[in-house]
Amino acid sequence: MSDPVIEARDVTRTFMIGSGFMRAKKPLHAVNGISLNVERGEVLGIVGESGCGKSTLARMMLGLLTPTSGTLHLDGQLVGSADRIEVARILQPIFQDPYSSLNPRKSIGNIIMLPLRVQKDPNPETWRKRTEEIMDLVGLPTRVFNNFPSQLSGGQRQRVAIARALINRPKIVICDEPTSALDVSVQSQILNLLQDLRAEFGLTYVLISHNLAVIEHMATRVAVMYLGRIVEQNETGALFETPMHPYTQALLDSVLTPEPGLGVPDTHLGAAYPNPVDPPSGCTFHPRCAAVMDQCPKQFPPRVAVRGGMVECHLYAGGAGKKARKGKKNER
Amino acid sequence: MAKPILDVENLSVDINVPSGVLRAVQNISFSVARGETLCIVGESGCGKSITALSLMNLLPRTARRSADTLLLDGQDLSSLREREMSDLRGNAMAMIFQEPMTSLNPAYSIGNQLEEAMRRHRNVSNSEARDRAVFLLEKVGITGARGRLGQYPHQLSGGLRQRVMIAMCLMCEPALILADEPTTALDVTIQAQILHLLAELRDEFETSLILITHDLGIVARVADRVAVMYAGEFVETGTAEQVFNAPSHPYTQGLLRCIPIPGKTKRGAHLGAIPGIVPNLVGRLEGCHFASRCPHVHDACRSGQLALRPAFEESHHYRCVLSPEACAENLKSGVAA
Repeated sequence: MSDPVIEARDVTRTFMIGSGFMRAKKPLHAVNGISLNVERGEVLGIVGESGCGKSTLARMMLGLLTPTSGTLHLDGQLVGSADRIEVARILQPIFQDPYSSLNPRKSIGNIIMLPLRVQKDPNPETWRKRTEEIMDLVGLPTRVFNNFPSQLSGGQRQRVAIARALINRPKIVICDEPTSALDVSVQSQILNLLQDLRAEFGLTYVLISHNLAVIEHMATRVAVMYLGRIVEQNETGALFETPMHPYTQALLDSVLTPEPGLGVPDTHLGAAYPNPVDPPSGCTFHPRCAAVMDQCPKQFPPRVAVRGGMVECHLYAGGAGKKARKGKKNER
Repeated sequence: MAKPILDVENLSVDINVPSGVLRAVQNISFSVARGETLCIVGESGCGKSITALSLMNLLPRTARRSADTLLLDGQDLSSLREREMSDLRGNAMAMIFQEPMTSLNPAYSIGNQLEEAMRRHRNVSNSEARDRAVFLLEKVGITGARGRLGQYPHQLSGGLRQRVMIAMCLMCEPALILADEPTTALDVTIQAQILHLLAELRDEFETSLILITHDLGIVARVADRVAVMYAGEFVETGTAEQVFNAPSHPYTQGLLRCIPIPGKTKRGAHLGAIPGIVPNLVGRLEGCHFASRCPHVHDACRSGQLALRPAFEESHHYRCVLSPEACAENLKSGVAA
């Protein structure tokens, strides 16, 4: 039954960061040993604070960065060995900011058609028709075919980006914060559209967002990233109902749902996000963790399989999984 | 009720654009009591930031402000000259901007920028100003504050920069703080911390707060009172409970259907949407501004000027031709806007 379209095995990506004139460069492990399967047809949500490596991971999946070590397979092909154009046929991105991801000097029709041109589609006479079809599908009026991005609203631009991503029928779409630049009323339209298109084309999504309400709504499985590692991964329902890792719990506590009278929660996360060039020892989350124990600063936490997923935390080593907080959910 | 810190009646802002006059803000009225938080919520382009800038008198040159009443702690702001206004800015009223990256000066140390406001407004020595800066930096949760005074904005993370902005705001203990999207650029965890901090500081110093945001979650958790803004007008005002539990205006109802609420919205189900786009505000707009996108629109909506009308409860108002009963019925039947 397992039919992964993306398979990552111990993927790392290290950047060398200069720390000043005449000083040695230091390694920054942006992605630090990630193993992950994305099954066909699922929506994998990736959440985490800025700097946790989620965009680096996405760029490696897109073939825009090569992993420093580890392997990444896309639909059975090794990324890096495959032709870039071949990768683009399988997988397409939708970026955050529709104001900067569209070429302002190209017409909407040309922008959407570009993947066909790049991939040397053999039937140029059908391009115009296919472009109009996809515009219709994403809810763009065909009269904007000859318009330029500056003449469209933010929501329409994001529809253009979606149309461009889908015109060559990819299998996987990587959405990096697809709605965070949009207004609430437009965001819901784009999310609805993404849901419809997924059903229509049988797409697999990797959805990166810091908006946990959006992730909860869209994703079927969620991976929580912290400092280049996946610290918890599970089915969406399980992860949101019984978060296990203290970091996941703190993240979920920070979500402000529109329910008046509850006030702003105190997440007790205290210290700021650590400097990724000089990460804390042992479990990298220990300086901010509310449940920190003696071994946390010393030992790297074990990866514990739990029902439906995994968690990387000392709390659950050796079957001590009872410590998952109980009944706390109702307080949120 | 105690005398409000800020009393605004019929505030309008017109901006001259090549195609005519853009009526960015149209006759809005509100007041803020001491220690109270008013949230102004709306989508981009509805005029919420212009409202804040007009209160601070920081509008661009092409914009004109007019108001029947504009009183800060009893003082008439509309009659003040620029020099008198700058005596108030950062002193009696202060503003936190959205982007902590661009609102701090990269060429000066944060200590220098923090002390500046106090040295400008108060007759204090350098060391007094420095002590106050250290005190406030610690108050906003920055450790090792004295050592940080010499640092420059680029050496701080986004969350820290926003904390510095908040500390800067508090240097002269202003009676009113205007915060324009103070947490939009930040992570959810930092956002919760900053909002928690603002609420604490508000309680401790009895500061009034006007918070401008598009995030309904923030509004629900922080606001005492809420004003929903659409196309330059307030379309609904009331307490947070009134606006969120019994939204009356079709726009407010539509907005609340657009956002997925963990635990309430069915996962993967279609969200509500508000079709159409915000009307062009250049020139005079007849009738209800929301008419072009409203699911309950009829002929009466398209002409005349609508006033805010009372809903069931006191202090809850909305701007719509429909009666409170009809609005409650719409909410229940869930005709998605």
